[in-house]
Amino acid sequence: MSAEKFQNPVVRWIDHRLPVFSMLDHEKYDYPVPKNLNYMWNFGVLAGLSLAIMIITGIVLAMSYTAHVDYAFDAVERIMRDVNHGWMIRYIHMNAASFFFIVVYIHIFRGLYYGSYKAPRELLWILGVVIFLLMMATAFMGYVLPWGQMSFWGATVITNLFSAIPVVGDSIVTLLWGGFSVDNPTLNRFFSLHYLMPFVIAGVVVLHIMALHRFGSNNPIGIDASGPQDTISFHPYYTVKDMVGIAVFLLLLAMAVFFFPNAMGHPDNYIPANPLQTPAHIVPEWYFLPFYAILRAVPDKLGGVLLMFGAIAVLFVLPWLDRSPVRSARFRPVFRIFFWLLLIDAVILGYLGGKPAEGIYVVLSRIATAWYFLHFLVILPLLSVFETTKPLPKSISEPVLGASREAA
Amino acid sequence: MLKRLFAALVATLLAGPVYAAGGAVELTERDWSFNGPFGTFDKASMQRGFQVYREVCAGCHSLKYIAFRNFADLGYNEDEIKAIAAEYEVQDGPNDEGEMFMRPGIAADRVPSPYANDNAARAGNGGALPPDLSLIAKARAHGPDYLYSLLVGYKEAPESMKVPEGMYYNDAYSGNLIAMPQPIYGSDVTYADGSDASIEAISADVTQFLMWAAEPKLEARKRIGVAVVFFLSIFVILSYMAKRRVWANVH
Repeated sequence: MSAEKFQNPVVRWIDHRLPVFSMLDHEKYDYPVPKNLNYMWNFGVLAGLSLAIMIITGIVLAMSYTAHVDYAFDAVERIMRDVNHGWMIRYIHMNAASFFFIVVYIHIFRGLYYGSYKAPRELLWILGVVIFLLMMATAFMGYVLPWGQMSFWGATVITNLFSAIPVVGDSIVTLLWGGFSVDNPTLNRFFSLHYLMPFVIAGVVVLHIMALHRFGSNNPIGIDASGPQDTISFHPYYTVKDMVGIAVFLLLLAMAVFFFPNAMGHPDNYIPANPLQTPAHIVPEWYFLPFYAILRAVPDKLGGVLLMFGAIAVLFVLPWLDRSPVRSARFRPVFRIFFWLLLIDAVILGYLGGKPAEGIYVVLSRIATAWYFLHFLVILPLLSVFETTKPLPKSISEPVLGASREAA
Repeated sequence: MLKRLFAALVATLLAGPVYAAGGAVELTERDWSFNGPFGTFDKASMQRGFQVYREVCAGCHSLKYIAFRNFADLGYNEDEIKAIAAEYEVQDGPNDEGEMFMRPGIAADRVPSPYANDNAARAGNGGALPPDLSLIAKARAHGPDYLYSLLVGYKEAPESMKVPEGMYYNDAYSGNLIAMPQPIYGSDVTYADGSDASIEAISADVTQFLMWAAEPKLEARKRIGVAVVFFLSIFVILSYMAKRRVWANVH
């Protein structure tokens, strides 16, 4: 049936046997999208674009990279100096990694604000957290590859965390290292896994999109579309709206790549790795700093590791911690205050993660860490019970008086 | 999370005193020719800086990622590069007899290092390792300002501070005690173009040269960047206009 939609006989011939064009057509025109999505809904597409940029630049970089402790640093310098436009490819890869995290953090906080994790989108949310975890592992291993001082010492500190696990901890660390210290086998397996993981992420992204298309996008009002008057087709409305976001994203990325390429990196990574000389302050990349602050807030190693992973674990169970039937923070006045407090808390944790673990910074880290868990484990469950929410509009098209102004 | 990004961007954009990683030392911030989106290298200054490297720094510091052919960026032509390279002795081999031998340098050779290995470098410098300078301008926070401040930062130590044997007091160095003796005093080199050879001028020239060594593609990067940003700015405007047009009938 659908094949008749196509004029081109070649397209029709293929589509009859392999209905890829019908599928694309279906996603473009038949897939209903709420018509009130704001620009915060651009960030899913932007995350997908970031992944594509990372994979393409990464594959090109791998063509000139050598995963060996004696050659890795030199190989990167060769890319920067002698490979045609190698500097551009590498700076794009470096900065797009940071932009990927910026985009994903905004994507996550958008989900938190508008309650996108609530029924029936729990699995969609959980798959997103899985992607986030895979991204962190990929980014961490990628940072090791240039084999600079921060690569080496970051790898040493982070892999050592696993030794805190009782009984099997030391064996796990030995397995990660492929020996008894961070050395050539570590670099080789990290390179192998760094190349593999993005494709695993792409696979989970497919599942994430499948889960999304089951019930469609959430929206700023957080109520389900009640009929065709509430939705529009993805194309051309959201393709053109996403294009605006993509254009702005590329503009900002270009500014970073061409004018401040090293602003989000650490100068120490331009010093070749030296196992005999520890840098004054070992700091991970900026996007790990909130978690690094949580890790160091706990005086006990195992406790710190558990809390750091716990910070992500709470996200997995978030749909069952926040039981309020109202999704959007627009209709939850108290939740909205706590949302902004959580955002500020996360920024403070990020700041503290970049500071030395001493004096007032430790105290503040503990308070901020406590607040993070308090928010998810205590405040959200209590709010679900005690918060008085505002009345919800009847439908997306006919918001109640007052709410329409806010939605504009 | 965005804070670090913004802090980094703001720090790069705004003028004002900058601080090294230690926090305590204040760096002299100079208006380098390569700063800003339209920044370029000062070729004459880089050539003078290379002379300073050769006559002052190269006794202890290697420059191993730089090949003679790269000096085309400094404004030297092919013959001048060949002449510069030929002034160096480079080890080659093995030859047909299996022996290593010395020969004059060619354009494709890397700049030879002063020491055969790190241990030899340490032995020749009282246990301290003079770092390779190829990447030094990127391997320190606020690289160019830091290098300049370090070179002009040698002072008498304050009364309260005891300076151990083989260490020197420096304003810009983290902890203020550095193993490198003051390398530049002014009039250390005689410039062929007769330009200023004060300690400030020489330090600025060698910093210009080292910034190029660390980031040789800086000019191409900024040139392409301006074009890309211009193109994308128009793309932003056009896509926003397209979006307005398409959405005009949605209520």
